[in-house]
Amino acid sequence: MKSTVPIFKREFASYFNSPIAFIYLTVFLALSSWLFLKGFFLISEASMRAYFGMIPWIFLFFVPAITMRLWAEEKKVGTMELLMTLPVTDTEAVLGKFLASFAFLIVSLALSFVLPVVVAALGDPDSGQIAGGYLGSVLLGGAYLAIGLFISSLTENQIVAFIVSIVAIFGLFILGEDFVLFGLPDRLVPVFSFLGHGGHFDSVSRGVIDSRDILYYVSVIGFFLYLNVKTIGARK
Amino acid sequence: MISVSNLSKAFGRTVAVNGISFEVNRGEVLGFLGPNAAGKTTTMRMLTCYLTPDSGSATVAGFDIMEDSLEVRKRVGYLPESAPLYMDMDVVAYLKFVADVRGLTREESSQSIGRMIETCGLESVVGRNIGELSKGFKQRVGVAQTLIHNPEILVLDEPTTGLDPSQIIEIRELIKEIGKERTVILSTHILPEVEATCSRVLIINEGELTASGTPEELHAVAGGEDSVYVSVKAGDAPVQEALGRIASVTSVARVGEGDEGYVRYVLKSKNGVDVGEQVYRAAVENGWTINELHRQTLSLEDIFLKLTTKEK
Repeated sequence: MKSTVPIFKREFASYFNSPIAFIYLTVFLALSSWLFLKGFFLISEASMRAYFGMIPWIFLFFVPAITMRLWAEEKKVGTMELLMTLPVTDTEAVLGKFLASFAFLIVSLALSFVLPVVVAALGDPDSGQIAGGYLGSVLLGGAYLAIGLFISSLTENQIVAFIVSIVAIFGLFILGEDFVLFGLPDRLVPVFSFLGHGGHFDSVSRGVIDSRDILYYVSVIGFFLYLNVKTIGARK
Repeated sequence: MISVSNLSKAFGRTVAVNGISFEVNRGEVLGFLGPNAAGKTTTMRMLTCYLTPDSGSATVAGFDIMEDSLEVRKRVGYLPESAPLYMDMDVVAYLKFVADVRGLTREESSQSIGRMIETCGLESVVGRNIGELSKGFKQRVGVAQTLIHNPEILVLDEPTTGLDPSQIIEIRELIKEIGKERTVILSTHILPEVEATCSRVLIINEGELTASGTPEELHAVAGGEDSVYVSVKAGDAPVQEALGRIASVTSVARVGEGDEGYVRYVLKSKNGVDVGEQVYRAAVENGWTINELHRQTLSLEDIFLKLTTKEK
């Protein structure tokens, strides 16, 4: 795993080598804070629940923007050939890239810490629920990232990677929604409701940390990273 | 150092490389010559473990390219065609990244980067983003990157494409310099490039090995004239003079030295006249010892032209 570290460092630094990271962070923080605060003062309740409720939707567009470049650009520019002829295993490369995007996601979430501070200053929010919400966001974001990273490895066009990632994440997101479950045979309902993102996020963001939810996210991340390793190896 | 046997690779129904076998010895600079889409790049990608062959095998520095892929990659420096680099990184950061992935310690890597900057003439671009550099400098960064871990073997895919003539000469000089103590494989479709840099040449076309030899041999036959090779043991000047006097010989060139004082010459003759007999007579008259006398009728340039003009 020793090659993962330099790859991680390079990828993480490359977010900040261009203005993209700063534009991304600004837009993410401005949009999420504005959407949250708009409702916050109307409801006048010192809670972050509405904020975490929005996260799956905001991430739906923001996470593919983080991952779309990761493999597609390497393939397009041809740097993939240089990277994969270095003494690096496919797994090390995938992990390095995933961890870099994960770290970037954590940075963007960490910068939203102003919000709980504001909420705490104005009232007495449930800190357990806020912590749970952040944990849920990190896990959900990780799952989205793994999906986006995998899809980025399938194309050399970043725009295609971006759009297909949104579609794929949205697909997994609505799997467990009522209107999908409604049309399914009874036996499949629990399966689909487990596979869908939404239910798991709801319980985590309420501050309920269930090992099944954590297992779910870790499995989604593991599964898509595994697929990613396979697609990287398939070039051969 | 490199031993390839029966290597094949197909992409779908297109056969890119079809049963290529060759050997490269330590210290050789081997040129891969061939038209575009001949299978040069695919062969190099297999040797550098970017692609896996469909059949056949190869060992690089004693390691099998499939069984010990990581060991092979540790010992090889590879520059892909058109030097794809991370355009958003600065030169030193990029070299540092490659050194880190290669597992160099901090001290080794800063020493090595310093040496590479000097060897590859990168002093003036330190601290600049790779994306801002001219093509020639990008190519040099690419070469520097292949050398960072002091590899035994270098694989360079068309290292001079897209460069201007003076840059081409600089890169060739660089390759010659670094090729002194390493084994180098480089691909090209430019004949003079081979002459300038390589000690041996393989011509491949449509995925198959068509010819191989030293650049002198290639050059000798590339003139379109017949060539007669003769190795004699005698004084250099009188031999050249006597051979030059033979009617219809247009040039005499010394092409190398064999064992035990034999010197090898190549004679070119007008219109394919076979001058072998006269050469033999001259040898007898002057009392030279001969250990080789043969006529090369095959024109490699003809072959090469056939290869390069056959578009698919």
